Amino acid sequence: MTGGSTQDPSSTTVGGEEVVPSEARTLEVVEVREGMFGVRGSGDTSGYGRLQRPVAMPGTARRPYGGWFDEVADRLEQLAGEGAVESVVVDRDELTLHVRRESILEVARHLRDDAALRYELCSGISGVHYPHEIGRELHAVYHLLSMTHNRRIRLEVAVPDADPHVPSVVSVYPTADWHERETYDFFGIIFDGHPALTRILMPDDWPGHPQRKEYPLGGIPVEYKGATIPPPDERRSYS
Amino acid sequence: MGLEEKLPSGVLLTTVEGLAGYFRKASFWPATFGLACCAIEMMEFGAPKYDSSRFGMEVFRASPRQADLMIVAGRVSQKMAPVLRQIYDQMANPKYVLAMGVCASSGGMFNNYAIVQGVDHIVPVDMYLPGCPPRPEMLIDSVMKLHTKIQETKLGQHRLDQIDSDEKVALEAVPASAMKGLLR
Repeated sequence: MTGGSTQDPSSTTVGGEEVVPSEARTLEVVEVREGMFGVRGSGDTSGYGRLQRPVAMPGTARRPYGGWFDEVADRLEQLAGEGAVESVVVDRDELTLHVRRESILEVARHLRDDAALRYELCSGISGVHYPHEIGRELHAVYHLLSMTHNRRIRLEVAVPDADPHVPSVVSVYPTADWHERETYDFFGIIFDGHPALTRILMPDDWPGHPQRKEYPLGGIPVEYKGATIPPPDERRSYS
Repeated sequence: MGLEEKLPSGVLLTTVEGLAGYFRKASFWPATFGLACCAIEMMEFGAPKYDSSRFGMEVFRASPRQADLMIVAGRVSQKMAPVLRQIYDQMANPKYVLAMGVCASSGGMFNNYAIVQGVDHIVPVDMYLPGCPPRPEMLIDSVMKLHTKIQETKLGQHRLDQIDSDEKVALEAVPASAMKGLLR
């Protein structure tokens, strides 16, 4: 399921000479998704049942990162210390820092306040659920924009399902208020220090966290005259 | 009976029920309950081209206490459902509900956990209007059909009898799931 790297087939041979190798991305297979929706283990001939799609994400980048990424990473290491950033991913001109959850508040404060960094705007905070990464299932993703330097950066904090607590960055970026509520509502990540962490889109007493991978679609069979069509994730081929 | 021949010209005879039905349908104020895309078509219905004011429905009352018709235009999420019920409860009788669009009628394309699969789970619906979104002309057609229903509504004991007979018809009707052989 995991492991094994695949070379992204974007490097081409032009005129007998290979294009600069930094064009090709090295991806790591994170998960292999089998089938789309539909009934499993039946005679499903829709074509989606036997679909195998490896989910490949870019792996950890090595120094030098290129462009302005190095100075930002160095400055942040200077301010927040060595252990704050677990790993750096550079892919398609975007910088992603995987931050330890204990240091996220400090990192956010440095990113906002330091003159060389100045990431004033938090565009949004969202969640991702990786059920196969035991111990690091829930990720909170912070997108920051620096208007003075015209740069964007992404921070990612991984927490286990058993202890889904992340310090809230509301004191640094007040806009994070509702974004963290949404991430809590749909993924169950609890933000410590949030002024009012309640469900925002689902009703207040809704059980479960809808955007997790194992949460069902929740559709009901639709009744027609003389026929009942099951919801989209339970249908099989009718031909 | 010959009575009408003996009347002076310019006098019409009718019933109180007929008159009441006519007045109720001719000035039929909708409550604004535009939730999603169908609301745009409902706004078109109020706009000059498909003029709703020619049916007396120009004033979309924001206050449910002054409204006769609740046009549920758009998908109703689980969070919106209690609000919808509260607005419906605040309307004064006689009140009617028009489920505009497929999302209000049956959940539409959103067959999932977040959307109520038809507002008839929450309020009693008098007219279902399919469409995604229905054109303003379709909305006008549904309003016309509601008008015939309102015109025929009786008063007093006749109304109670009408309710009983409607209930009997509905209980004896063939359920949709038993109507086999029609999807050909």
